[in-house]
Amino acid sequence: MEEFALIMRHEDGEKVASPEQIQIWMKQTMDWIGGIAAQNKFSGGTGLPFKDSKVVGSNKVVTNGPFGEIKETIGGFIIVKADSIDEAVEFAKGCPVLQGEGNSVEVRKVAKGAAPH
Amino acid sequence: MEQQELIPHLFRTEFRKIAAVLCKVFGIEHIGIAEDIASETFLSALETWPYKGIPANPAAWLYAVAKNKAKNWIGRNTLFTGKIAGEIKYSSSGIQEIDIDLSDKSFIDSQLQMLFAICHPAISKEAQIGLSLRILCGFGIEEIANALLTNKETINKRLFRAKQTLRLEKVKIEFPPEIEIDQRLETVLTTLYLLFNEGYYSESHDTVLREDLCQEAIRLAYLLIENEQTIQPSVNALLSLMCFQSSRFRARKNENADIVLYQDQDESLWDRELISKGAYFLHMASKGTQISKYHLEAGIAYWHTIKDDTKEKWEKVLQLFNQLLQIEYSPIAALNRTYVLSKVNGKPGAIVEAEKLKLSTNHFYFTLLGELYEDVDNEKAKEHFKKALSLAKTQADKHIIQKKINEL
Repeated sequence: MEEFALIMRHEDGEKVASPEQIQIWMKQTMDWIGGIAAQNKFSGGTGLPFKDSKVVGSNKVVTNGPFGEIKETIGGFIIVKADSIDEAVEFAKGCPVLQGEGNSVEVRKVAKGAAPH
Repeated sequence: MEQQELIPHLFRTEFRKIAAVLCKVFGIEHIGIAEDIASETFLSALETWPYKGIPANPAAWLYAVAKNKAKNWIGRNTLFTGKIAGEIKYSSSGIQEIDIDLSDKSFIDSQLQMLFAICHPAISKEAQIGLSLRILCGFGIEEIANALLTNKETINKRLFRAKQTLRLEKVKIEFPPEIEIDQRLETVLTTLYLLFNEGYYSESHDTVLREDLCQEAIRLAYLLIENEQTIQPSVNALLSLMCFQSSRFRARKNENADIVLYQDQDESLWDRELISKGAYFLHMASKGTQISKYHLEAGIAYWHTIKDDTKEKWEKVLQLFNQLLQIEYSPIAALNRTYVLSKVNGKPGAIVEAEKLKLSTNHFYFTLLGELYEDVDNEKAKEHFKKALSLAKTQADKHIIQKKINEL
């Protein structure tokens, strides 16, 4: 069994949503993760709030937020267990982030024995 | 109290007291001796009381006899001088002065310390439960065998091996050091959780015995609540869970000892006092930052004390199951979550999720699929129930599934 990271990308992270809308997204995300966990395929993950985020450039210049020239930002990721990338892709297809136009989920294999070395 | 009831009652309350205190005095390597002396003490009562009458204070009589037997054993045991003398308070003037304190405080301390000793990671979970029932709860070997649906030989072997491990590992009967408490407490809680479940979900037809098991788990959890070092949110959460679950004890089985499913239960049989105790401990459990699986399970159990079929209820329960599965996967939690999902999102969506679970050796899996297909596709429902019937092991389960098939 391999591990895969499902990285959620948002077209525009700064978009303001109503509390009701946020509530709905939250429920959908929790149900999506719950469904993966119910198959014993969930390894971990977290949301990445946009608030207070910084970007450090190669010239060590610090800018606010990941939203400068790039419009697309990472909203969070989860790690799933799957036998193949195709199985992981099936999990990704259920991600509620995909309801937003232009949003995407990137599926990446986690390197084995990913201990610092 | 009639003598017939007095002895079993005293046995239950005093055996564990004598065994724990003596074990604490002798050290874990002599756990068998402590147990034997406690048993012999009751044998003495049986030999004496019928002829000379029941003493005015039966417990005090038992303590006096137990102390004498303990002192005699110490006197006889040559090992003592070399091995144990150094470890216990023992003055040179003689063994008569050895301190065997059977007061309530000493008993509570000894029980708590024994609880930590028995729930040692080196011992199998099954053996921890058996030893707890024997030493901490004063259950007889036959009662343990009945409660755990096995035979005396198996229990004896299991306990023998566990005691051997305690000896080899040189487990000390003491309160774990502060830095280890959290970790050791986790093992203790798992054992109490399993002990409770043995009683709650046991197939044993002996209702009294099953309830006893649950009450003992609750009593031991109270010991942890009443101690400053062990009163932690997870302990409160576990106790809350146990209270909520026990509140339905009487409603769960009918007069034929058949299981009554939740939706068919008579609410007036639910114990309101236990429900409010559960709510109190759940409130106490929220005073912290950590959420254990017991918090989530207690939350789920709380919502089950409200019988109304509201969308709000099932939505909350679904989120609790989502979180629980992230902390700790179990097939039964996965199946329950999917059932709850059908309550929130309807059957067709839940069927899709259920079929992803692929628990094809589990009869509950097919029972769930049968339930979900009911009224959606009754032919498929029947197929799944039949598959469940072929996988079910106990009479009670088969009975329920057959009923479902007949009703289709």
